[in-house]
Amino acid sequence: MLELRDVQVAFDGFRALDGVNLTVPEGELRFLIGPNGAGKTTLIDVVTGLTRPAAGSVRFAGQDLVGRKEHQIVRLGVGRTFQTSVVFEELTVVENLDLAASFREPLWALTRRRKGVSEAVAESLARTGLEALAERPAGVLSHGQRQWLEIGMLLAQRPRLLLLDEPVAGMSKDERERTGELLTAIAADHTVVVVEHDMDFLRRHASTVTVLHEGRVLVEGSVDEVSVDPRVQEVYLGRRADDTVGERS
Amino acid sequence: MIKRHLPFATVAVIALVAAPLLLEPFRLGLLAKYLCYAIVALGIGLAWGKGGMLTLGQGVFFGLGGYSMAMYLKLTEAEGGLPDFMVWSGVEELPALWVPFANPVFALSMAVLGPVVLAVVLGTLVFRQRVRGAYFAILTQALAAAMVILLVGQQGLTGGTNGMTNFFELFGQDLAEDSTQRGLYLVVAGVLGVLYLATRQLVNSRYGRLLVAVRDGEDRVRFLGYDPALVKTVTFAASAGMAGLAGALFVPVVGIISPALLGVVPSLELVVAVAVGGRHVLAGAVLGAVVMGYAKTAFSEQFADGWLYLQGALFIVVMTLASKGIAGVAQTVAGRLRSARAT
Amino acid sequence: MTAFLNQLPIGLSIGAVLMLIALGLTFTFGQMGVINMAHGEFIMAGAYTAFLLQDMVLALPAAFLVAGVMGLILERSAIRHFYGRPLDTLLLTWGVSLVLQQLARDLFGAPNVQVPAPAWLSGGVGILPYNRLFIMGLAVAGVVAVWLYLTRTGLGRRTQAVVQNRQLAATSGIDTGRVDMLTFFIGSGLAGVAGVALTLIGPVGPALGTYYIVDAFLVVVAGGLGQLRGAVLAALGLGLLNSYAEFWSDASLAKVIVLAAVIAFLQVRPQGLFVLRSRVLT
Repeated sequence: MLELRDVQVAFDGFRALDGVNLTVPEGELRFLIGPNGAGKTTLIDVVTGLTRPAAGSVRFAGQDLVGRKEHQIVRLGVGRTFQTSVVFEELTVVENLDLAASFREPLWALTRRRKGVSEAVAESLARTGLEALAERPAGVLSHGQRQWLEIGMLLAQRPRLLLLDEPVAGMSKDERERTGELLTAIAADHTVVVVEHDMDFLRRHASTVTVLHEGRVLVEGSVDEVSVDPRVQEVYLGRRADDTVGERS
Repeated sequence: MIKRHLPFATVAVIALVAAPLLLEPFRLGLLAKYLCYAIVALGIGLAWGKGGMLTLGQGVFFGLGGYSMAMYLKLTEAEGGLPDFMVWSGVEELPALWVPFANPVFALSMAVLGPVVLAVVLGTLVFRQRVRGAYFAILTQALAAAMVILLVGQQGLTGGTNGMTNFFELFGQDLAEDSTQRGLYLVVAGVLGVLYLATRQLVNSRYGRLLVAVRDGEDRVRFLGYDPALVKTVTFAASAGMAGLAGALFVPVVGIISPALLGVVPSLELVVAVAVGGRHVLAGAVLGAVVMGYAKTAFSEQFADGWLYLQGALFIVVMTLASKGIAGVAQTVAGRLRSARAT
Repeated sequence: MTAFLNQLPIGLSIGAVLMLIALGLTFTFGQMGVINMAHGEFIMAGAYTAFLLQDMVLALPAAFLVAGVMGLILERSAIRHFYGRPLDTLLLTWGVSLVLQQLARDLFGAPNVQVPAPAWLSGGVGILPYNRLFIMGLAVAGVVAVWLYLTRTGLGRRTQAVVQNRQLAATSGIDTGRVDMLTFFIGSGLAGVAGVALTLIGPVGPALGTYYIVDAFLVVVAGGLGQLRGAVLAALGLGLLNSYAEFWSDASLAKVIVLAAVIAFLQVRPQGLFVLRSRVLT
């Protein structure tokens, strides 16, 4: 479904991605890990059109993504969240979700008032458990709730591929637990790629893991395979203590 | 439902019934002028307040509307001959640009379409390249500056610094008659009312939510599958169209259009008015334009020089102390009252 | 051909004046996110300083000081509360600009005044009149001084650090408040010097600044924020374009052509000639 071939990205001479090859088949829940600066977020940026690769190809469902604008890629069915969640604080939770759900409608159709709650929005509300907060402005949400709203907005878009950038960063233990369940539920009927630092979270919820290191794919395999791989232990697990902080990589 | 429309209905009755009955013709004419500015302010409230696009060039669109109307008026009065100012500046043949403006439908359409087209072109070029915020403000201001120099320089086409004045009749009605002016006032007030309702509808629709989202997080909106450049261009064009229509109404009401009415300073003055009234609320923008228009007249009558000090000072005060303007203060007060009553 | 060449010193000197004006703007904009519309009135203040002193040599440092101190007062009293809110500062400083213009009208009268050029600046070599050469010299000196300040002094390097990343600079112990004050002082002072330069090619009036501020902002837009190289090149480009557009079409179309050129340029380089690279999603 998602296929990256030889993708290279350079920022002022620094190679953020140095020939990455990655294939994510349909229906898979894939975790992307790696130490800071490994290129995890850059990889998501490349897929979603925020960063243009210097070389290589990015294909999604048979279509080339390189050179397309961000909103066009979304329209092909690729959605993402951001590390620091950006929700629209002045709009209510429902309005945020509704906005995410209606991008396929022509612009003029939006000039009418919203009547009730569409099916996609109701489903997102139910899945993220934000029903009680539906009419509150997003500005009053807690950090964890914002992350859920962001995931809910992603769901409301009804994408075919979801890219989540550190969805549990900064969350409490309970919130992590709930996010994990949400993720598992979503993965049941979506293709999902998750960037995550947290090893406990990974062990509990991940099936297939890709480890990035210095802009290249180091290892790919199941959690158990990856965590015993000596190369991974050297570059990643050995430095686990400072990586759990969850900075932008 | 009734309660929600009550404030608007009250204002509408006062504006449409009470004002024409109670005000002497001179004052009614002034009010009509402020209401023309209020139409421009409504557009600024939409583009800036809701959409975050600080446009410092609304005077340009206002001017395009005004000049379109003025050209029509001049041509009807010339009755096939040349407009007076052309004769004075030695033009011998009617310029080709002027010819179609003898048709009132064409002139009125151009008053709105001209600004819309210019805004679409500018918006497409600028927003698609993600030029925004202060850059956009600077470009629109440069547009206003360039427009004035162009109008002043093309004396034979535009009447130069003096612009165009001495209009006598509109659609066969004598512009000097009180009844004509009262009718014009009602038209201006009616147009403002209709545009206000339409804009409010737009702001409250899902499009309005999208607009706010573009204002607060343009880059995020892209990842919701929308093209912010399109949303911004459409909104900017709507505000330009309103300014153009306001300009077309302004000309028969006030009886003059000239570069001094649409340059950098008048464009900024209207933005100031919107900020004073409260940019976050459409009604605030409208109110601001009327209040500032009235204040300007009142002070200029008393002591002309003082107005610039006052306007400057007022603006510094509003920006530093009450950035949400009159509407913001009113909301705060209303909120306090409500919570006081609740306890 | 002669007419074409005659236009060259005119374009270069307009470019030189724009350079002096835009240097301050590009750094206050790039470093503090401030759009200072009152910058034009610092030009005017510099020009009136020259008018009061009637002595070019004395006027230059005096105008630098007068305009610089005005900038400092404005920064400390109002603008520093508005950092990073360019649109709000734009409107706020426009209010200041109105007040300053009216003040000038009350102090010096509304009609324009003329500052007699010193005898040693009359005449010229070939197609280069001395007064325009002098203005170009001023701009070169101003640019070199700013460049030396930015690259050779500790404070200047700190300024560059603040331009690139304010938070990082602040956490590494740089007193950003002091850097901001100094930037404002120098930038405003240079506008004052530009004002003195303008007395050599035209009359002085309360609205002097308004004729140049819009073009100077276009220089900032085309050159890229906080970019010395960008400001220099864009100022020269716009100055030359201005004078040749007037020469080839008529004067009333020149500004339209310049604006169209800037917008066309932004299609290729939306963030101006030079850009500070960062990965932050704004």
